[in-house]
Amino acid sequence: METSTPVIFEERENQIHRKGESPFNIDCNRDSLAGAISQRACVFCGSRVVLYPIADALHLVHGPIGCAVYTWDIRGALSSGPELHRLSFSTDLQEKDVIFGGEKKLYKALNELIDLHGPKAAFVYSTCIVGIIGDDLEAVCRKVSAEKKIPVIPVQSEGLKGNKREGYNAACKALFRLVGTGETDNISPYSLNILGDFNLAGEIWLIRDYFKRMGVEVVANITGDGRIADIKRAHGAKLNVVQCSGSTMDLANMMEETYGIPHIRVSYFGVEDMAQALYDVANYFGDSQMIEKTKELVKDELKVLYPELKKYKKALEGKKAAIYVGGSFKAFSLVKALRHLGMKVVMVGSQTGTKEDYAELEQITDPGTIIVDDTNPLELSQFIKEKGVDLFIGGVKERPIAYKLGVGFCDHNHERKIGLEGFEGMLNFAKEVYNTVMSPVWRFVPRNTTGDVKNV
Amino acid sequence: MSDDYTSTTNACKLCKPIGACLAFKGVEGAVPFLHGSQGCATYMRRYIISHFREPMDIASSSLGEKNAIFGGGANLKQGIKNVTTKYGAKMIGIATTCLTETIGDDVPSIIKQFRDEEKALFESDNSPLLVNVSTPSYGGTHMEGFHDAVKVLVDQIATEYGKDESINLLPGFVSPADIRYLKELLSDFNLEGVVLPDISESLDGPALLDYQKISEGGTPLSKIRSMGKARATIEFGRTIFGNLTAGKLLDSRFGVKNYSLGMPVGLRESDEFFSVLEEISGCKSPEKHVLERGRLIDSFVDSHKYIFGCKAVVYGEEDLVVGLTSFLAEMGVQPVLCASGGKSKKLNKEITAVTKGLVDLPIVRDGVDFYDIGEEVAELKPDLLIGHSKGYSLAKKYGIPLMRVGFPIHDRIGGQRVLHLGYRGAQALLDDLVNLVIEKKQNDSPVGYSYM
Repeated sequence: METSTPVIFEERENQIHRKGESPFNIDCNRDSLAGAISQRACVFCGSRVVLYPIADALHLVHGPIGCAVYTWDIRGALSSGPELHRLSFSTDLQEKDVIFGGEKKLYKALNELIDLHGPKAAFVYSTCIVGIIGDDLEAVCRKVSAEKKIPVIPVQSEGLKGNKREGYNAACKALFRLVGTGETDNISPYSLNILGDFNLAGEIWLIRDYFKRMGVEVVANITGDGRIADIKRAHGAKLNVVQCSGSTMDLANMMEETYGIPHIRVSYFGVEDMAQALYDVANYFGDSQMIEKTKELVKDELKVLYPELKKYKKALEGKKAAIYVGGSFKAFSLVKALRHLGMKVVMVGSQTGTKEDYAELEQITDPGTIIVDDTNPLELSQFIKEKGVDLFIGGVKERPIAYKLGVGFCDHNHERKIGLEGFEGMLNFAKEVYNTVMSPVWRFVPRNTTGDVKNV
Repeated sequence: MSDDYTSTTNACKLCKPIGACLAFKGVEGAVPFLHGSQGCATYMRRYIISHFREPMDIASSSLGEKNAIFGGGANLKQGIKNVTTKYGAKMIGIATTCLTETIGDDVPSIIKQFRDEEKALFESDNSPLLVNVSTPSYGGTHMEGFHDAVKVLVDQIATEYGKDESINLLPGFVSPADIRYLKELLSDFNLEGVVLPDISESLDGPALLDYQKISEGGTPLSKIRSMGKARATIEFGRTIFGNLTAGKLLDSRFGVKNYSLGMPVGLRESDEFFSVLEEISGCKSPEKHVLERGRLIDSFVDSHKYIFGCKAVVYGEEDLVVGLTSFLAEMGVQPVLCASGGKSKKLNKEITAVTKGLVDLPIVRDGVDFYDIGEEVAELKPDLLIGHSKGYSLAKKYGIPLMRVGFPIHDRIGGQRVLHLGYRGAQALLDDLVNLVIEKKQNDSPVGYSYM
């Protein structure tokens, strides 16, 4: 490997900030640089991951086979009932469809799949090529919707329209077409929608249980373990509780504008943020009994959690961690959660953070911490080496980089199978970090046998 | 789905560009490059990484909406330049996507323009070779993409004339373990050979101190250059789409004799491969391999009672399906369905050839998805599924053991180390298969037998 070539692309220098070395300023939400191997996905990916957990809907990808096949069962989003979301449907466009247009094929495919599976609604995802050949998705969906008497909703997720963020927006627009079409009778004045939780490893069930214990009714899960009928009546809820910064914020804003439903931003990761989320909800409703119940709940949970956490903290004190995740809101919680375990965060970044997000990260991290937007494997490996990282937290694409360099890794993305939200999740997180960092295998990897990497 | 359906549910194939990326990854110093929007590269990387558990960089020209109107040339050039200067790529394998094919980007002329504009870059010793292949995702499966990429590697790089003693081995899409085995075999036969592509190290490398911008391993470019000088080419795969394969191209352009063989899975297909090696090398098979063959037959005998008449459904890439079916037929397992998402139109004929002598011939279906396969499984009630890990949902639904082979294996460790080829590969597959059947029988029995 030629070490003489600078590892940071000049064009990207402003997307990296080292806390304490210069006044805070970071570029973000830029298009990925051609030829740099970005960890980002596309518009389609953004829409697909947001809508995917809606379990009683048909998710049909209108495009060539790749877009559907690479997103088949992509998330560990669990359902308590139907599992239609776990199937991968595609129109598998062929050359002749590209030449003559794919509308007829789409119409036929939709009819066929609706007859076969009887979904409560259908989402039709547009892909790059559909944008180019100009199929009128809206018209086909309208026609099928009228014939089959279910909502058939086009998702304008042509991959080339931008990055994942635009995909979130397209998904929110699609969801918003459903909201307001259901009855809102018998909804409690203490009611909310859970936005931006995808029920990985059953997490939303845990969160719903907390709300239940507080006396709050959950109207719709958006979108983990989601159901079309619930989303249709989501406008009957009194509050939107939004997690995961990018993905469902647009929907919350649209619902606020149209239905006057306010929203609060929360995170269910880590002790403080989880407790804060519950308190924020209780305080919003301002019911003294509810506030009491919430305090009680948090106290009960912490009584169990803290002694357990202590054991892990003792072992993990002073270990160094790097974080690279999709949305930066998750990064905030991770920074705090790691601090609970006595660990130091030396690098933190995201694919889709905003300037405000990065400013907040700058606030809560220690001096010297590297803050980075939309990074790539070369940079990541450089940061890992420079900081002598013991643990890397990221998505599946970062794992091989960490592993190749002999660094422990925790998956904090769509594919994880262990619930990390809530108080229970914090304990799972501690266990996961412990099992990773304390494994005996690291003493055999080159960085620990051929010298200290920090001096290389 | 098949002709019975318009829609596709749970495809049993991947798109064309991913195949090209996998092939390019088997060339020394190469960076696969997708000319298209960013999502394609990221999705494919994730898909490949989950199987090989290795870093897999795929560069992208990251086209946006305005490029779709004005063309993606500028992004492609910028991308190539960045990959060259930052990665030090010796070769950049540029594959198109459905987007760039549809907007009509003419990649060869963009590359030509780029060469003219960047004279200094191309005059230096470190200038990269630019290889391009057309891989619109709507134009075939990942296997067409793979074979097309191998063909352009030969077409665009093998330019040297003359004669030497080497042989070319074009194995198709097989595992790193398979490639390591093939290289060992060539060496045991004292053959100077070039295996193209060679992912044995680039997609199954050791733990490292430094991150490599481009992973070690891959077929050396110098060896690809001189492939036209070889004595012979051995090309695996009888269902390669279209008429002109890389092996045939070397034959027609340089007069290198092409031996077209089936993927050597199981005894008989391996025998054919070994006899070609004997013919080309003029040597008898080395003792080590004769012994491996003997042990394989011995284990056929040891295990025949456990598996005879056992019904298997085989699915996946067409050539692998042909090889596995041949293997099943010779050991006494009854293939009941041979299925693929591919559509070379050659599957039926090749399956018929390798199942000659069977009383009950398997159903052969190409161009199918897992919905079709599921319908067949419900009817056929097989004892065993054999294929990649995407058949797991069927295995779970029907309670049938799944023997994982090929690509992808996303739910187990070691997919890159599954050995399929030769006597040694057949031995490993046989042990796996028989033990799966025995395990099911043992678990299903209330007795708790400790001898099986």
